[in-house]
Amino acid sequence: MYDFDYHKPSSVADAVKLLSADPDARAISGGQTLLPALKHRLNRPTYLVDLSGIAELRGVKREGDKITVGAMTRHIEVQNSPEVKSAIPALAYMATVIGDIQVRNRGTMGGSVANNDPAADYPSAVLGLGATVVTDKRRIAADDYFQGMFTTALEPGELLVAIEFPIPEKAGYAKMRNPASRYVMAGVFVAKTKDGVRVVVNGAGPGVFRQTDMEQALSANWSPDAVAGIKQASEGLNSDIHGSAEYRAHLVSVMAKRAVTDAG
Amino acid sequence: MNVVAPFEGIGASVRRKEDLRFLSGRGQYTDDIARPGQAHACILRSPHAHARILKLDAAAARAMPGVVAIYTGEDTKGLGGIPCGWQLHNKDGSPMAEPRHPVIAEGKARHVGDPVAVVVAETRTQAKDAAEAIEVEYEVLPALSTMKEALAPGAAQLHDAAPGNLCYDWHIGDKAATDAAFARAHKVVRFETTNNRLVPNAMEPRAAIGDYDPTTGEHTLWTTSQNPHVIRLLMGAFVLNIPESRLRVVAPDVGGGFGSKIYHYAEEAIVTWAASKLNRPVKWTCDRSEAFISDAHGRDHVTTCELALDETGKFLGLRVDTLANMGAYLSTFAPCVPTYLYATLLSGVYSLPTIYAEVKAVFTSTVAVDAYRGAGRPEATYLLERLVDVAAAETGMDRVEIRRRNFIATDAFPYQTPVALQYDSGDYFSTLDAALETAGWAGFEARRAEAAKEGKLRGIGISTYVEACGIAPSAVVGSLGARAGLYEVGTIRVHPTGSVTVLTGAHSHGQGHETTFAQLVADRLGVPLSQVDVVHGDTAKVPFGMGTYGSRSLAVGGSAMVKAMDKVVDKAKKIAAHLLEASVQDIEFDRGTFRVAGTDRTKALAEVSLAAYVPHNYPIEELEPGLEETAFYDPKNFTYPGGCHICEVEIERDTGKVSVVNFTAVDDVGRVINPMIVEGQVQGGVAQGIGQALMEQAVYDESGQLLSGSMMDYSLPRAEDLPMVSVANHVTLCTHNPLGVKGCGEVGAIGSPPAVMNAVVDALREFGVRHVEMPATPAKIWNIINAGAQRMAAE
Ligand SMILES: Cc1cc2nc3c(=O)[nH]c(=O)nc-3n(C[C@H](O)[C@H](O)[C@H](O)COP(=O)(O)OP(=O)(O)OC[C@H]3O[C@@H](n4cnc5c(N)ncnc54)[C@H](O)[C@@H]3O)c2cc1C
Repeated sequence: MYDFDYHKPSSVADAVKLLSADPDARAISGGQTLLPALKHRLNRPTYLVDLSGIAELRGVKREGDKITVGAMTRHIEVQNSPEVKSAIPALAYMATVIGDIQVRNRGTMGGSVANNDPAADYPSAVLGLGATVVTDKRRIAADDYFQGMFTTALEPGELLVAIEFPIPEKAGYAKMRNPASRYVMAGVFVAKTKDGVRVVVNGAGPGVFRQTDMEQALSANWSPDAVAGIKQASEGLNSDIHGSAEYRAHLVSVMAKRAVTDAG
Repeated sequence: MNVVAPFEGIGASVRRKEDLRFLSGRGQYTDDIARPGQAHACILRSPHAHARILKLDAAAARAMPGVVAIYTGEDTKGLGGIPCGWQLHNKDGSPMAEPRHPVIAEGKARHVGDPVAVVVAETRTQAKDAAEAIEVEYEVLPALSTMKEALAPGAAQLHDAAPGNLCYDWHIGDKAATDAAFARAHKVVRFETTNNRLVPNAMEPRAAIGDYDPTTGEHTLWTTSQNPHVIRLLMGAFVLNIPESRLRVVAPDVGGGFGSKIYHYAEEAIVTWAASKLNRPVKWTCDRSEAFISDAHGRDHVTTCELALDETGKFLGLRVDTLANMGAYLSTFAPCVPTYLYATLLSGVYSLPTIYAEVKAVFTSTVAVDAYRGAGRPEATYLLERLVDVAAAETGMDRVEIRRRNFIATDAFPYQTPVALQYDSGDYFSTLDAALETAGWAGFEARRAEAAKEGKLRGIGISTYVEACGIAPSAVVGSLGARAGLYEVGTIRVHPTGSVTVLTGAHSHGQGHETTFAQLVADRLGVPLSQVDVVHGDTAKVPFGMGTYGSRSLAVGGSAMVKAMDKVVDKAKKIAAHLLEASVQDIEFDRGTFRVAGTDRTKALAEVSLAAYVPHNYPIEELEPGLEETAFYDPKNFTYPGGCHICEVEIERDTGKVSVVNFTAVDDVGRVINPMIVEGQVQGGVAQGIGQALMEQAVYDESGQLLSGSMMDYSLPRAEDLPMVSVANHVTLCTHNPLGVKGCGEVGAIGSPPAVMNAVVDALREFGVRHVEMPATPAKIWNIINAGAQRMAAE
């Protein structure tokens, strides 16, 4: 780790001020991605802005037909939240399959969605539920937010504050774990919402993406069999020592089927 | 009141004495030690697999804050090279190629991770900062990532002293007799396989602290070692030229080794040498990522083998041709692993009239490869047990029947194999029968059918194995190329009031020696476990020792303690005879009490020991005071644990994911001292075996980069991947050591991989699969299922 300075503001306004003052400053929430990167000297921030002292970033709220999750809400809190469990059980379930108990006790939804690791879990729920990413400046629709591997619509110094999830009619998630890291090899999030059916693939490609063939099939017939036969093209998918693009493409169909079963 | 002390002797599952310390975070590991004024070393490592160092400019780095010194190969070229502990000979009798292994690279780096420079600074961070500021200009040379590339005609040369990148070309067995057996065979089964390369990943990364006292000239090294005396010998005599009397090596609590902490590593020499140059302590602690590219790896064989059978399925002969990867340099035990710990085990549990095995050891531009839990024996067992399953499939014989038909008969021991070893005892039929029974082998087809209903492929696999451990008779290993003896040393120190300190040359790094060894003393001398302490891991405290590896600690180290206890009892009997005014011949000793035979006149051990240290009433003319004895025990033979492992797997058709649903291990480890500890050792070994079979693999790319260089890409098994392993013992005693023990540290890792893979192949039988290479990852299995399904659809 290189040396860095450390700040712990107690309001979003102060955090934003600190972050916009220096392009090499970095926010840190759970540290489960940033700390390993710092330890490997892959990152050299001038100072860290620790978001854990900002009360307004924490917690889960249910208002009308949406659930709002604060950026600093830890995976374990999502997993155990009565609101999430009753309104979007697929999201609560997703939290249980992120990393291990230590990671879930530290890692946050904001950190995960800001980071947008192609193998992460949450981005698929954010896109799959057509959620809105709320920042200190604006509201960004999920369809505009994810822009490929580790890239999002967030601008330098912009702080992710919360995510608003519309409550779906039903939703489901299935993930094949990478045998080493246990992140996502290929996962599929499906949701039936009032604006239509959404099917989102994570892990398999360089970023989350919507599987429109499956969306159409499920709109016509919401059943596992409707997606089981739909093949994902392997072009552009990830290929590495854990599995080829063809394998991942195949897993997309398998996970889609399981996700629909999970959604019920 | 008559208080019955709980039984703590041989056979009791007493709790581990060391657990309170470890579970409450009070272990003292090397990195926990802080020497006053210590500086920190960071090793700058080669980013290239094979490169000439054209220029190394450390001027800017030297000027960085906190930098104390920077060393390169120029500074250490006068030191000895890191020595190899075994010298093998080629088929033609000439010695193996043994190129110099410099402490710091001299002009050339030979694997990613090879030390190129060492920075010593006030803090670890400053050392790392300065290491980054060193400018190295490399001329990148062709990488030799695989043995095939290294052996190809015209391949780049890693070492001038190893033409063709060949370390040795060795053989064992009778070629002519084996050729003749094949000539008259009814059936020959041929099989090729790769034994996957593994990264040991002990929980505690390596660390070392060097210290030097200029007033006495004494050097001290604290290190994460399985054998501090061996490190003292290798480093003192061959690298740094320091006499034993001036070199103390301490291996305090060590968090796992699995072989990877046997070897003398460059970092140990670097900190010891730098501490004396700088006159201050120097500490180095390995990062996990650094461990991946600097700890010796394990396995990595490519083998072709053939089995000759007669009409009845009896084995006539075996031919084996193996390439063994040594990595870039010869690590301490490396040459003997694929030869004397592998080829000598190729007879397995079978009566195999003739065997001929050839082994070529190859240098590649990868981290050194050496012993890893089981060392050679897992490779031999895997080969043989897969081969036997292939033979069963191709002759139409039942997998259990073909084994039974070829087992060494229970009354045939001692049994001389055609590949040098003589097994002293064993009963393969009984371990097989017990395992079949426990695993419910007979009812398996019902479980397969049940799983099929849920769309799952279920398979069962068996492995029957023997291994050789308790290494080793010194004269024998000496004739095979070992440059050291392999006895062990034990001291029994009975204190004046009757408590006991045991000094042992074995080293505990997770095995529970402090408990098991204390139980030996409790059993023999009748001293309560709470009054027996085991001291190990410090050359200043323990007279000598060869350390812990090859499941030798109890068989060899424990036997040394028994010998020392015999001496203690002999002497104590003389003292007791004096105190009891009887003749020595009439004194009996049983668990703490000396008795004049046939009388009620007794003396307790504590009374005798007090007399020994306060010799007022004492046969001082004939006997020295004190009650402490040391014994060196040199074993007469290896020990031969064996047994049967049965594994049941379920495979998800649509993802290829393999789950181990049942695992049964019935092992013959000889006499069991602490059943709970043995069970833990077997479970841990099986976990590593399942890891090798299903998950683990070190992968290098063409340029020699380690792709599986962190936990993000190297798959280690976790608790959720493992079944509850059913562990049982069937005991036949070792016939040549006083405890009748054989060893249990490696059996789990040796017996299990082929059981898992035989189960995987069995589960996939509907697809006509003959063999699946380890590790059976989901992607690999899905490819097989997918290709099989497509082929079947086309037919
Ligand atoms: C062993 C291990 C296993 C894991 N397994 C999984 C897994 O299976 N699935 C999975 O999805 N993830 C996994 N993770 C990652 C984990 O979920 C992290 O918590 C997550 O990726 C990042 O969240 P964090 O709160 O730790 O963020 P940090 O590490 O603190 O930050 C990550 C990045 O986001 C930025 N950032 C943080 N908060 C904000 C904000 N509010 N606004 C703007 N930028 C911000 C930071 O500057 C940094 O660049 C694993 C991590 C580990 C260590």
